Amino acid sequence: MNPTNIPPDGARASLLDRTLDQAQPSEQDYLEVLDLTVDFDGFKAVDGVKLTVTPGDLRFLIGPNGAGKTTIIDALTGLVPAKGTAQFAGRDLLGLPPHRIVRLGVGRTFQTASVIEGLTTLQNLDVAAGLHRSAWSRFRRRRDVPEEVTEVLETIGLADLADVPAGILAHGQKQWLEIGMLLVQRAQVLLLDEPVAGMSAAEREQTGQLLMRIGRKRVVVVVEHDMEFLRSFADSVTVLHQGKVLAEGGVAEVQANPAVIEVYLGAPAPAAAEQAGTTSAAKATPAARVAKPASAALPTQAKPAGREG
Amino acid sequence: MNRPRGVMGQLKRSGWLVGLAVAVVAVFLAPQLLDAFRLGLLAKYLCIAMVAVGIGLAWGQGGMLVLGQGLFFGLGGYMMAMHMKLDDAGPGGVPDFMNLYGNNMVPGWWEPFRSAGFTLAAIVLLPAMVAGLLGYAVFTRRVRGAYFAILSQALVAAFATWVESQQKTTGGFNGMTNFKGWFGFALNDPVNKQMLYYIAAFVLIAMVLIVRWLMRSRFGELLLAVRDQENRVRFLGYDPAWSKVIAYVVAAVFAAIGGALFVPIVGMINPKNVGVTPSILFLAGVVLGGRTTLLGPVLGTIAVRWAETGLSEAYPSIWQYFQGALFVLVIAFLAQGAASIGPGFKALWQRLRGSPRGAPPGGPAQAAGAAA
Repeated sequence: MNPTNIPPDGARASLLDRTLDQAQPSEQDYLEVLDLTVDFDGFKAVDGVKLTVTPGDLRFLIGPNGAGKTTIIDALTGLVPAKGTAQFAGRDLLGLPPHRIVRLGVGRTFQTASVIEGLTTLQNLDVAAGLHRSAWSRFRRRRDVPEEVTEVLETIGLADLADVPAGILAHGQKQWLEIGMLLVQRAQVLLLDEPVAGMSAAEREQTGQLLMRIGRKRVVVVVEHDMEFLRSFADSVTVLHQGKVLAEGGVAEVQANPAVIEVYLGAPAPAAAEQAGTTSAAKATPAARVAKPASAALPTQAKPAGREG
Repeated sequence: MNRPRGVMGQLKRSGWLVGLAVAVVAVFLAPQLLDAFRLGLLAKYLCIAMVAVGIGLAWGQGGMLVLGQGLFFGLGGYMMAMHMKLDDAGPGGVPDFMNLYGNNMVPGWWEPFRSAGFTLAAIVLLPAMVAGLLGYAVFTRRVRGAYFAILSQALVAAFATWVESQQKTTGGFNGMTNFKGWFGFALNDPVNKQMLYYIAAFVLIAMVLIVRWLMRSRFGELLLAVRDQENRVRFLGYDPAWSKVIAYVVAAVFAAIGGALFVPIVGMINPKNVGVTPSILFLAGVVLGGRTTLLGPVLGTIAVRWAETGLSEAYPSIWQYFQGALFVLVIAFLAQGAASIGPGFKALWQRLRGSPRGAPPGGPAQAAGAAA
């Protein structure tokens, strides 16, 4: 039920890495967004955002509600029209229909886990993997489970639930399934919209480990409200506010940034902490910890040892 | 993974072969049990069931509410009728009704239908092309749901109106009737009538097998995904329009073949066979039988038509109330159609026994297929 079988290293890890490395993205393939603007009838949800994310740099996008985090993902995946430029591996993403963007290696998950509920876990992964099959092969029956699907089922810890309808999976399991679907569709850019919202602490930890593993050779951008999760797993952070980039850098650096503190806390000290607490309480994250300036002193030490390797 | 083992398992896995055997036996048994008139009626229902099989694929699996299958049924039927009329008239001859209404000239676009090969090819290819172009135009523009249903119905209304207006070349309101032969077989010969029944029966079985294959293929899984979460499928790298176009084209071709066989079996085709009302009634059996199942549309259609005939003979003035009551009952209590009774009981039984087993891949469709 739980992805406890994410192997630290060893035989299983090599199997997993083979799947994860299948896309073999080269070091030069990075996501570059320049002057991205999304205009909803005069309201600029995203306003001139610049964002460069390279493989191996687990990037978190944070910001208060309405900062434009999800809208950026929507724009990059063809869900909403946008101006500016967005390129992955030198190829333009803006203006393409969603399925063409996916075929360029850019995949996403959704805030409310959206898997194909009527299909089984296995079928969900198989459909996602089918993107790379020839059109004719789709008219054949699936005789056996493709190797990459088996591996990813193990990776996301859902091997035992391969044959149940995805609709009955728990919320966290659906999120893992969605990440698994990105893996089998060989996405090289993973845009994850609140992947750990509603997960238990143990599930968050497992998801974070998975993202670190995936992120080694892929561009991973995570929209997240959970500051503890961010401190544990982020390599770098981009803070958005009212559609603009407010700050960017390492976790400690950003958390010490006065502008970020002001946006998140509103005003100096205690009263503001409560305010921030109420705004993020709706997100069902450990809100109490979000705002406390004291916790800003907890930088990268929280990261598991050995991840730099 | 949860494959049933043992003898029962073997039976279950090869259930479709058992189902096929039962169907073939039933096909050969029917002429022994039914008189020529009833057998002719059954053959007619089988033609309607061909349309229903296609609707099951397009609507039940693909989520496209095809309310205008009369268009394709009519295309197939009229093309077959044109060939039969020209054939009856002999080489270079003029069909009788053109003599009556027109200037006794065969229009240029009729001429190719003197050829049997051209006619048969056109019956398949023309509806496929029409459905392909229409489907592509409509589905890539993301027209769906009620809008698609209204569009398909408007098209069939336009088609029926056009056919009716062209009395000189289509027979207009009266359509075409009084056919004598079908590819050289005299239609008044009872043996040939029985042959037509067998052809219809085996074509229908072939169509069911094609749909079964499509439903169990990866395409079937994708189509189901498109039906339930079309927008999500875009983010898996597919253009959902293509899956829908393919299902729509298959449904159109099935309807056209049904129409083409309807003409020699029933002996007529006119705008009343292809308009809005028959297009809606094509759905009746599909709804009652269970649109998401493999056999629901076929069995539902045969049952509905059979009941319709029986009730209209027994209660000529009120039989439509029975039909209405049946609809209300099915929609109120069996939204998935009659074919969901079996799997529904099975699920209930399993729940009572407390053995939580995953639903078979492919959902109720396969359960019904195996149960047959």
